[in-house]
Amino acid sequence: MDLHKLSLKEQLEGLKKSEFTSVELTSHYLKRISKHDEKFNSFITVTEENALMQAKAADERYKKDKSLPLDGVPIAHKDIFCTKGVRTTCGSKMLSNFEAPYSSTVYTKLDEQGMVMLGKTNMDEFAMGSSNETSYFGPVSNPWDTEYVPGGSSGGSASCVSAELAPIATATDTGGSIRQPASLCGLTGIKPTYGRVSRYGMIAFASSLDQGGVVARSAEDAALILEGMSGHDPKDSTSLKLPSPDLTKNLKDSIQGMKIGLPKEFFEQDMPSYVEQSIQEAIETYKSLGAEIVEVSLKNINLSLPIYYIIAPAECSANLSRYDGVRYGYRCEDPKDIEDLYMRTREEGFGAEVKRRILIGTYALSAGFYDAYYLKAQKCRQLVANDFTNAFESVDVILSPTTPGTAFKAGEKSDDPTEMYLQDIFTIPANLAGLPGISIPCGEHDGLPLGMQLVGNSLQEDKLLQFAHSYQSNTDWHKKMPNI
Amino acid sequence: MALSDKELKEISYLARINVKEESFSSLKKELEQILTLFEELNEADTSSVDAMSHPLDLSQPTRKDEVTEENKRDELLKNAPSVKSGLFIVPKVIDGEA
Repeated sequence: MDLHKLSLKEQLEGLKKSEFTSVELTSHYLKRISKHDEKFNSFITVTEENALMQAKAADERYKKDKSLPLDGVPIAHKDIFCTKGVRTTCGSKMLSNFEAPYSSTVYTKLDEQGMVMLGKTNMDEFAMGSSNETSYFGPVSNPWDTEYVPGGSSGGSASCVSAELAPIATATDTGGSIRQPASLCGLTGIKPTYGRVSRYGMIAFASSLDQGGVVARSAEDAALILEGMSGHDPKDSTSLKLPSPDLTKNLKDSIQGMKIGLPKEFFEQDMPSYVEQSIQEAIETYKSLGAEIVEVSLKNINLSLPIYYIIAPAECSANLSRYDGVRYGYRCEDPKDIEDLYMRTREEGFGAEVKRRILIGTYALSAGFYDAYYLKAQKCRQLVANDFTNAFESVDVILSPTTPGTAFKAGEKSDDPTEMYLQDIFTIPANLAGLPGISIPCGEHDGLPLGMQLVGNSLQEDKLLQFAHSYQSNTDWHKKMPNI
Repeated sequence: MALSDKELKEISYLARINVKEESFSSLKKELEQILTLFEELNEADTSSVDAMSHPLDLSQPTRKDEVTEENKRDELLKNAPSVKSGLFIVPKVIDGEA
């Protein structure tokens, strides 16, 4: 039986009905990983022994009729989530041997609901990148065509779910790191409202933008797990004081009469005709489902990229100052004094993109520049957020492409950092405004998948998932999987 | 936007990241490219907005001043590159005779 062809929801039902055991399901995935992952490099660490132990425990609970809500279903975790007893590298040489003394809330919550961890997925170093080429553990390839990138920074998570080496994976999104790889790998990826998912134990990049979420094969699967990850956490001071939302209740409701906004500024941009065509077809599908299409204006949206490239590096330069070679992580050989220890540890321990961003952030925050850059950017950020607030007065969701095109070839953009940054042009605004966003597959070009993005108002993940599910109930794009 | 050699040296010291001579000029060019992006914000009129602090405009929560962390000294030291007698070891920080 091809267990990996079942949706996560079907797997959970199968386990409940004793059609197969968690050990069988878990072993099935572990075998697929060991057989195929050499081609994709989507895992940094595979936790085989631990996974089988967790699976066995889940099976015991099923036998005793004491099963947990997500009992026995496998998941892969992005290697940014700390997991006690299993190393957490964040894709960096700096943390290549780091074993966190505690687990992230995301891991703990899913573990407590019975999920089985298959391993830790590859990622751009410290989540900085859009192609998964900056990982110290080597680049990840796209299962649709291994010459192409899977996107980033959650490239390993997207790659392994797309290759069906895991039914679902956790991911994080600071400027598009869930939605962009989901688009490039033909998956459903959701970044919830800022503060929905606890950042405790999720290694920090840019704290005011970072948010955890999932990449899945459908909105239905994503809803199930996102619900399990969400909820207030006193250990994260920016965590919203709200209970975990019910994301499956309205999933199947009709979107008849609901309004989709198309931001005219996005559609004024040059985009390849195949992108335009796929988006147009998606709009037609939504119209046929009873949604009303309305033009909206996000007039400051063109400021998003420069705002992001001030705020994210500024926050990263502060967050990454903790990697000093003293308390944990990499330390250079034979430091001659403490300065030399810091300077060389950080020179050797960080990769090129991480160093660029730390330096940019240090510059933006340095004496004399703070007002001109960081403060100005935070004000502009409010302008972008206000645009969304205005738009959501007249629409339910905002639709756009997720990415400017399908996946690009490995190496194609790695020489020019600013060219790479354009990958996130459609996704960054939602992070700036703290809004939930989802990418769902809506087309393909030359054998590579393409996604559309829906952005919702604060706390309306349920509505986003409802729109996504409604589309997926009437189209097949999300069912297409690469031949690996 | 131009970045002077002196500025790059200063920020690399502030960030405590050594920059090798051979990569200095290419790094400078890359950073200048990124800084050029920043200039687009000059045009924006921000006279009527405050800087954003939290997307949902929440205030910082407080909690009771209670000790919630247990002592994990040994566990924490396990990740350290150099340890002696329960302490992190670094090269000598203060020079000279006492």
